[in-house]
Amino acid sequence: MTAQTEVPAELGQARLRKEDARLITGQTNWTDNIRLPGMLHMAFLRSPYAHAKITRVDVSAALQLPGVVAAYSGADFADEQGSLPCAWPVTPDIVMPAHPAMAVDEVRYVGEAVAVVIARDRYVAADALAVIDADYQPLPPVLDIREALNESSPKVHEAGNKSFEWTFANGDLDAAFRDAPVVLERNYRQQRLIPAAMEPRSVVCSGVGGEYTLWSSTQIPHVLRFLLAAITGIGEQNLRVIAPDVGGGFGSKLQVTAEEELALLITRKLGRPVKWTESRSEGNMTVHHGRDQWQRIRIAADTDGRIRGLAVDLLADMGAYLMLVTPGVPLLGAFMFPAIYKMDAYSFRCTGVFTTKMPTDAYRGAGRPEATFAIERIMDELATELGVDPLEVRERNWIKHEEFPYTTICGLTYDSGNYEAATAKAKELFGYDELRREQAERNARGDSVRLGIGVSTFTEMCGLAPSRVLGSLAYGAGGWEHASIRMLPTGKVEVVTGSSAHGQGHETAWSQIVADQLGVPFEDIRVLHGDTQVSPKGMDTYGSRSLAVGGMALVSACDKVIEKAKIIASALLEAPPEDVDFSGGVFRSRSGAGASKTIQEIALATFAAHNLPDGVEPSLDSDATYDPDNFSFPHGTHLCATEVDTQTGMVTIRSYVAVDDVGKVVNPLIVEGQVHGGLAQGIAQALYEEAVYDDAGNLVTTTLADYLVPSAADLPSYVTSRTESPAANRLGVKGVGEAGTIASTPAVVNAIVDALRPFGIRDIVMPCTPERVWRAIQTAQGEAQKGAPQSGAQEGNGAA
Amino acid sequence: MTQINVTVDGVSYVDEVEPRLLLVHYLREVVGKTGTPIGCDTSNCGACTVLMDGVSVKSCSVLAVQAEGAEITTIEGLANGEWHPLQRAFHEEHALQCGYCTPGMILAAADLLRENPHPTSQEIREGLEGNLCRCTGYENIVRAVRRAAETGVSQ
Repeated sequence: MTAQTEVPAELGQARLRKEDARLITGQTNWTDNIRLPGMLHMAFLRSPYAHAKITRVDVSAALQLPGVVAAYSGADFADEQGSLPCAWPVTPDIVMPAHPAMAVDEVRYVGEAVAVVIARDRYVAADALAVIDADYQPLPPVLDIREALNESSPKVHEAGNKSFEWTFANGDLDAAFRDAPVVLERNYRQQRLIPAAMEPRSVVCSGVGGEYTLWSSTQIPHVLRFLLAAITGIGEQNLRVIAPDVGGGFGSKLQVTAEEELALLITRKLGRPVKWTESRSEGNMTVHHGRDQWQRIRIAADTDGRIRGLAVDLLADMGAYLMLVTPGVPLLGAFMFPAIYKMDAYSFRCTGVFTTKMPTDAYRGAGRPEATFAIERIMDELATELGVDPLEVRERNWIKHEEFPYTTICGLTYDSGNYEAATAKAKELFGYDELRREQAERNARGDSVRLGIGVSTFTEMCGLAPSRVLGSLAYGAGGWEHASIRMLPTGKVEVVTGSSAHGQGHETAWSQIVADQLGVPFEDIRVLHGDTQVSPKGMDTYGSRSLAVGGMALVSACDKVIEKAKIIASALLEAPPEDVDFSGGVFRSRSGAGASKTIQEIALATFAAHNLPDGVEPSLDSDATYDPDNFSFPHGTHLCATEVDTQTGMVTIRSYVAVDDVGKVVNPLIVEGQVHGGLAQGIAQALYEEAVYDDAGNLVTTTLADYLVPSAADLPSYVTSRTESPAANRLGVKGVGEAGTIASTPAVVNAIVDALRPFGIRDIVMPCTPERVWRAIQTAQGEAQKGAPQSGAQEGNGAA
Repeated sequence: MTQINVTVDGVSYVDEVEPRLLLVHYLREVVGKTGTPIGCDTSNCGACTVLMDGVSVKSCSVLAVQAEGAEITTIEGLANGEWHPLQRAFHEEHALQCGYCTPGMILAAADLLRENPHPTSQEIREGLEGNLCRCTGYENIVRAVRRAAETGVSQ
C-alpha cells in the first residue's frame, strides 16, 4: 500500500499552468510552423457539387506551371488509398460504404477532394488548382434525413440511404404508457454544427529510408498511427506520429482524415516532405461536423409527475460517409436520455441516414448534449403540463443522494452524485425565487421584454471507457490509458502520458498528481505526450477521459515506482520492506530510530546500482495501463435567466449560474476554465451557430462571418460553483471537459421558451436567432387572434 | 517582386516579395516569426493580430507591401526582458487553454488598453469583439485584461 499519512499538498491547488510560458510568448510549436528542407506544399481541388459523377479530372495543365512538382487525381491513387476507417460498426448489418481519401468515380458532398497539387509553395499550389480540368455529371443531392428514407429519394450510395438502425429497450414500455394520465410527445431539432477549433488542421510528413514521421494537428496521435499503418500498409514500426502543440480539438481532431493519409502516400511517392494546412473556409466544409439529429421523444407520467416511461426515436444524419466514430455518436446519447431520473421503462431507436453533406462525427459532448437537450426540454414541458415548478418535477423523479450507487434503466451504475446539493446551491446563487417573482410581475404587466428562467439538471457519462463495454457496443478498440514514470538520477521525474493534450492543461495537472503520489516537487516534474516515439502507448484525448482514465494510469504507475523504490530503500535502511513506510517522498524505517531516505536519494542510488539487493534491477521506471471499470458521471444544476425582447426577438442572457459536481478537483483553475469554455459552446448552439446547406447542397456557412462562433461581446459572464461527490476511483475524480456544453444548451432554450410561454409558445428551433424568436411570437399572436390552437414551434430545416 | 523595408520586433528587414504576399505569410514564412498564427481567411478571428506602428491590425488582411516602412510588433517582441503585463495577466487569470488565439488576443488587448486604459468589463468585451476564442468562453480573458489595466498598462 502506498497510502499517504499526510493530506496531499497538490491536489486541489490552483496551480498556474506550465504550458502557458510558450503559448503567451509565441514560442508554440504548431504543425504549420514546421519547415523541413525540401518541403513541398499540397493543395486540394474539391468538389463544387453535393452529388455528381466525375467524368474527367485532367491535371496536366497544373503540371505546366513553374514550381508545380506533381499533381494527381483520385484515380491516380485508386489502388493504394483504400478506405478511410470507421472504427464503430454499431450493428452487424450496418451499411458502411468505402470512403476513398480522394473521390474516384463519384463525389458525395461539396468539398470532397478530387485532385491534389504538390508545389514549391502554398501560393503556387493554390494557383495550380485553378487550371485543373474537372468535369462532373450532377446527380440529385440528398439533404433532408426525414425524406432520405423514402423509396422515391435519390440514393447517396447504391446500398441506399439507411446506414443502420440501433435499438435499446428496458422495462415494459406499453404498460408504462397504457392509461398513463400524462403523455407528452415532442419533436426537437439538433442543428448541424461546425466544431471550429481555432487552429485549422495541418499536417506535415517526411520519410527517410522507408521510415515516416507525420506531424498532425490531431487529438489522437496513437490511434492515427495505428489506423494509418493499417490502411496504407506502412509498417506501424516505421511510422511515427507527432501531435505538436494543438490549437483545440473539441472532437474535430478525433479523426483520420483524407489529408493525413494523402500526405503520407505522397511523401512515399515523391520521396519529399510535404505540408498541408487548410484555410478556414476549407475547414468549415471538410472538418467533420457535429450534431444533426431529429429527435422524437415521448414521456408518460403520473398525475404527480412521476415518470413512468420514456421513448426516444432519432434520425441521425451521418453525412456522406461513416468516419472514425460517426455511427457511435448517437449511441453515446442512448444511455443519457433517462439522465438523472428514475423510471419504469425506456426505449431508444436511432436510424443513421446518409446525405450528401459533410460527414458528422464527435463534437464536444458527442451524443450526450443531444440527449440532455431533449430530456431537459421535455421535463420543462411536463412541469408546464402539471402546473408545477420545473425544479419540483425534476426533484420528484431524480435519484436521491442516499440511493447511490444507482443502476439506471439503461443499466449504467452511477457511482456518486448529489442532485439536491447542486440544485440548492444553484438556486441560492441564482436568486431563483426572486427571479420567479420578477418574472410573474413582468408577465402580469405585459412587459415587452419578458424574463425567462431555464433549468438544466444534467448528468453525463464520460471517462471513455471500460474496454469491455466498448466491446459490447461493437467499438473497434479499448478504452484504457497508459502512463510511464521515469525517475531520473537527479531525482527529477519524467511523466509520459498516452493522453495527448491540446489545451486541457495536462502538463500542469499531471505534475500535481505525480507530485502528490511520489512526494516530489511540482517543479521537478516534466510531462511528455503527443509523440508515439516518446509515449508509445495511448488512447488519446476525447470523451472527458484524460483525468478519469489517464490520471488513474498515472497513479498506478506511481504505485509501481514506489513499490520498486521501497525494496531498494529497505536494503539501504537495513529494514525489512514491511517495516518501511512511504510518505511525502520519504521512506522511513519504523524500527530504525528515524532512519530515512528520500525518493530522490533512492533514484540516485538506483542509478549508481552499487548496493542494490540481489536480483533487483537498477531501475525505478514504471509503466501502467489502466482500464476503468466504469464510466465517470459528472452532474450539476445550471440555471439561466434570459430577457427576451418580444418586439425584436432579441435574446439576452441576464445571468447564468453553473454548479457542477466533478468529484475531487485536481486544479480548480483548470476545471473552471473547462466549464467556462463548455458553457460558451453550449450557449453558442442555443443562440448562434448552425451549419447551413442550400437546396443544391452547398455549404452556405463557409466562413466565420457566416458561421457565428460567438465573440466576447456575444456571451455573458458566468457564475460557477461546485459541489463535490467523489467518484469511486482512487483520486475521486470525474471528467469535466464536456459538462458545460452538455448542460448549457437546454438551460438557455428552456429560459427562452419559459419567457414566451404566456404567448402559448412551447418551442423555438435552435439557434434561437432574433428572427426565429420574433417569427414565433408573430405566429403565436396571429393564431391567438384567429382563436386557433397553436403549436408555437417554428419549423426548422437548416435554412433560417 | 517588390522590395520592402520592415522592422519586425525591433529588427529591420529588406526583402523582395510578391505584391500579393500577405503580411502574416511574410512574418511567418519569410521572417520566421511563427508566433503569429492564422485562424481564418476572412479577418473574423483575429488570431493573426499584430501591432503596426503601435496600432492593432489583422495581418491576414494587410499585404506585406503595405507594411513598407512600418514597425511591426508581434507576440514574440512584446516581452521586454520580462513578460508584458498582459502576458502575465493572461497567465495568472488562466485566460488561455489551447493558446492559439492568445497572441492575437493579447495584442488586440494591448491596443484596447492604449485607447482606453481603464475599460469596464463590457468595454473589454466589445473591444475584443474581433478576436475569437473557442476554449475559454472569454470569462478569464476579460478578467486578465482588467487585471492588466489595474496594474497600469497603457503601452
